[in-house]
Amino acid sequence: MGKLYDLLKEDYRVKEGLNTCINCGTCTAICPAAEFYRYDPRKIVDTVQRGDDDEIEALLKSDTIWYCGECLSCLTRCPRKNGPGLVIMALRNLSAKLGYFVESEKGRQLFPLTRIMTGNILKYGYCIHPDTFSWEDHVESGPVWKWHTEHLEDSYARQGANFRGKGPGILREIPKESLDELQRIFDVTGATERIGTIEKCSEAKAKEMGMTLDEYYRYTFEYSSDDHFNND
Amino acid sequence: MIYQGKQNIWSDYQKEIPDDHWYYVRSCIRQNFFPASEKMFMEICRNVLGKDIYENEHHTTCGGIAYHCDTIPQETVMTIVARQFALMTEAGYENYVASCITSFGNYTEILETWNEYPELEAKIRELLWKACRKEFRKPKHLAHSSDLIYKFRNEIAEKAKFRLVNKETGEPLRVVEHIGCHYAKMFPSKGVGGAEYPYVLAGMIESWGGNVIDYPERRHCCGYGFRQYHVKANRGYSISNTHKKFESMEPYKPDMIITNCPGCPYFLDRWQYVIAEMEGKTYGENGFGIPVFTYEEVAGMVLGYDPWDLGLQLHQVAVEPLLDKIGIEYSPEDKYKGLNKKDIMKPELPSGIRCF
Repeated sequence: MGKLYDLLKEDYRVKEGLNTCINCGTCTAICPAAEFYRYDPRKIVDTVQRGDDDEIEALLKSDTIWYCGECLSCLTRCPRKNGPGLVIMALRNLSAKLGYFVESEKGRQLFPLTRIMTGNILKYGYCIHPDTFSWEDHVESGPVWKWHTEHLEDSYARQGANFRGKGPGILREIPKESLDELQRIFDVTGATERIGTIEKCSEAKAKEMGMTLDEYYRYTFEYSSDDHFNND
Repeated sequence: MIYQGKQNIWSDYQKEIPDDHWYYVRSCIRQNFFPASEKMFMEICRNVLGKDIYENEHHTTCGGIAYHCDTIPQETVMTIVARQFALMTEAGYENYVASCITSFGNYTEILETWNEYPELEAKIRELLWKACRKEFRKPKHLAHSSDLIYKFRNEIAEKAKFRLVNKETGEPLRVVEHIGCHYAKMFPSKGVGGAEYPYVLAGMIESWGGNVIDYPERRHCCGYGFRQYHVKANRGYSISNTHKKFESMEPYKPDMIITNCPGCPYFLDRWQYVIAEMEGKTYGENGFGIPVFTYEEVAGMVLGYDPWDLGLQLHQVAVEPLLDKIGIEYSPEDKYKGLNKKDIMKPELPSGIRCF
């Protein structure tokens, strides 16, 4: 067994999620991602349990580990009580930590995702916020949402929200001392370091691809090549 | 026999839900898209049922979406959750209720992991102290807010002004229930009815007069998939899974859908609009869609609240055909008004699906 395998085995999600897979394929049969993408969680779990570092490194640099939607439907149905979804989460964590994510198209999406999610948490205290959920980037939210975003203060007031207000309530402004605590949690638990790794590796990849970081952000957020899908 | 078998399974998966005194935490998604549902939850618990539900301004996200988008390490999400528990402890509560399904799954996963690996819990306690100088007790009871509405479903039925019944025919409405994946798929014993036969929404539907529809893809994910929605390039995954569910439920002619997850009603509502725009296909009657509701919206409707106080104007799929079917009165001209009937214009109408 190799170094990458040992790193994976330290993750409690692998400890809990991999108890000798019998390759029955139930996880693949139930998986929403496997129906849409060229994706087979059974093969991923099998690769990990073989423990071959070259194979695991190839996996960490591939699109494959980023197809899962983390619905965790696989946990319910596995007859061996494995959690392929948990193994995927551990693989993604290692790929991010080691900077391997920039080697695949779907992995590179970690750059916009990290900016959106961690940016929202540290600025607003929540993962989603109206200030960063633009209608232009979410046209599927429909004309009703376009109208809502054009009348944000009035619409949220009508809904009973405490939008940007003090005290408790819906979409309140989170007190500064609480946001400072979240920042310190990020600092002591490795999230700040992780953000730094994602930024640094993405910056280098953008340069390699001949893009500014802003162009790279839009590209990774919007571009999808045609070779991911089952029906192509 | 099959029905009795299901009843036996349900009885194996009943959870203890205390009557009163809850510490409440809000949801990232619901605050944005279904704010009035969170308002209605507090209204029902406090003013209809007379319960003590406490909220503190200092609580935040649990970090669940960021965690499932793989953007923060597990130690980070655990320490954010530990801080939430510390706020509950400081406020003197021991029952913890989350508005979000992914939060509920996240809290459950973390508590179970700490039980299995006490050294990890000790490490997180140290990290929380280092970052925030806070300590915490773990909740005695953990619930999702739909668990509470389920528990009090019969009290709500007793106070109801309407039932989920077609006022013209007297027939029960045909209701699809959709349970968020993270409610019980990870830890079946933590959800009412388990993962295979969750009863949390079915119980509400039955108490309030409707008929539950069973259909082949009943347990299929709505298609959120975290990074599969938040990254624009991946949204084909999301709409494809919603499409699969609607194709599967269509032959059963549902009158409505009820959900308990923050994201699911948004995706099941909005992707109907997109499917109609892309393919001209609608799943409801006469060119309408199938309206999708949160459980608080449905509770509010049967209790007789004004549909626009429930936030139903923020749905893209028109709710009026269902309101008419039940016999709930509403003012069409007030649908898109602001506070005190302030004129804030109206949304454009989509071309593929009928709306008002």
